[in-house]
Amino acid sequence: MTAALEIRDLQKSFGGVRATNNVSLTFEAGSLAAVIGPNGAGKSTFFNLISGALRPDYGTVRVEGRDIVGLSRAEIVKLGIARAFQVASLFSTFTVGDSLLAAVTSGLDQSERMLSRFPPPQASSRAEEVADMLGLTSKWRTKSSTLSHGDQKLLDIAIALVREPRVLLLDEPTAGMGPDERWRMIEKVREMWTRQKITVVFIEHDMDIVFAVAPRICVLCYGEIIADGTPDEIRANARVIEAYLGTPNAEAPP
Amino acid sequence: MRALSFSRALALAAIVLGLLFALLSTTANHALMDFVIRLASLAIFATSLNLLAGYGGMVSFGHGMFYGFGAYFFALTMQRAGVSIPVAIVASILGSALLAAIVGVICVRLKEIYFSFVTLAFQMLIHATILAAMPLTGGDQGLRGGVPRPPFLGLNLSNQKQLCMFSAFLLIVCLFAMHHVVSSPFGATLRMTRDNADRAAYLGIAVDRVRLKAFIIAAVFASIGGLLQALFVSGAYPDFAYWTVSGEGIFVIMLGGTTTFLGPLLGSVLMLLLNDFVSRFTEYHGLALGSVILVVALGLRKGVGDFVVDWLSARSEADASERTKTTEAAS
Repeated sequence: MTAALEIRDLQKSFGGVRATNNVSLTFEAGSLAAVIGPNGAGKSTFFNLISGALRPDYGTVRVEGRDIVGLSRAEIVKLGIARAFQVASLFSTFTVGDSLLAAVTSGLDQSERMLSRFPPPQASSRAEEVADMLGLTSKWRTKSSTLSHGDQKLLDIAIALVREPRVLLLDEPTAGMGPDERWRMIEKVREMWTRQKITVVFIEHDMDIVFAVAPRICVLCYGEIIADGTPDEIRANARVIEAYLGTPNAEAPP
Repeated sequence: MRALSFSRALALAAIVLGLLFALLSTTANHALMDFVIRLASLAIFATSLNLLAGYGGMVSFGHGMFYGFGAYFFALTMQRAGVSIPVAIVASILGSALLAAIVGVICVRLKEIYFSFVTLAFQMLIHATILAAMPLTGGDQGLRGGVPRPPFLGLNLSNQKQLCMFSAFLLIVCLFAMHHVVSSPFGATLRMTRDNADRAAYLGIAVDRVRLKAFIIAAVFASIGGLLQALFVSGAYPDFAYWTVSGEGIFVIMLGGTTTFLGPLLGSVLMLLLNDFVSRFTEYHGLALGSVILVVALGLRKGVGDFVVDWLSARSEADASERTKTTEAAS
């Protein structure tokens, strides 16, 4: 069986800085993995390379066996990669409901139809399902720009999810949240992952969350993967402790 | 706020058109009939600019080029090809769509202020071309000799009343068509590219293609506004393609409001009334218009149409919460 997402020898430099250096990772279909690393480790660049925002200097990215390097963002979306953003990227004048309906519509091959009305009737069931899953149903008529920070992040994920991607990239789903809100958020992410049976890769800073939630953790440091394994393996990995967690036991997760 | 359903919008358009016809058939007031014709021309143009700028986020400073192009293309077709008016209208629509496709391919890739200024540059190019092509366009004298208006389908547009009815008909049809465009899935996609083009691209939307389509649609309707003006004055003048026409369009949508579909129509009514009343009393009517736009922009901070809609929705919300309070108190 081909992997959902297979990355081989990915490289990207900005000037003299190697933001991504020989990264090779494979994500099986339906898996959940976290990418961690100190600030400036190249995590967001890594996501940008996979989602087509940046073109790698070298290497391949395969989605279910198909190479996506050099394809347009629209084509990459059609192959099943979706992403959410560190800072929620929304359609500010749309209500929650219309954002989701419009996002579904954009995948129906009728997003540019002028002879029917928005929203097309077949869009509503998926939009409502996703709103329900992420707890946004009660906010259906609320304008995106007036949502709370946490709800904006949820809507951002919902917009990405609504198109039924096979691989979902979440760039810091809990960024800017308080401790309690972080846990609620990550619970929603995990629940969504269980129910949708898709591949989810997320970037996260909060170590408690990463070690509690992710069955697999990839550690990125100066553009290189320095460790890749289960939480227990990562905890015990000497390079990770040295390069990322600092002095042993100082910040080590429980 | 959800747009009207198709059948309701159609019913509304039919009712308004019926009322307009009934009203206009009883009037013999020349000033009123002229007003309706000028209003139709300006409102179709302004609404098309709002489709581009308000719904698409593409603030064109050169939208008047299509108004002028429509007027000249229509008038020249009528003068030289000897075809009927509907044929010339269709030809003008196709001609302006082609021009818009060429100009649009270059412009829609540009962001914000660069888009605005390149459209302005194209407008100056069209204006200069009209001035230079003396044998065809009459240069700075304008296209003279009158636009022939042969009767068709029992309509004689040389008759002021019939031209007025025809203008009212075109206005309603164009408004209905543009309303349908902004209420369609395409309209939603267009608003997505306006709000967040980057995110729209991440949803698989070909942003530039959507923007180009909107550019062409807006240009087609602008040209219909222009050809109506050519029918009205029975000629075409370089001023129709000058940048001030684009400026007036922006003025109108700012005055009327950009967030409601009918804002530009309201803006057109206000603009023409202001023009007519003010120029009766003073030759400095630019001063009066400038003051009005300052009051609207600084005082309301939105168009008059936006203000009315916001006020109504605030009132209905207040009513709803008032009702909840009363029910709570009662129970």
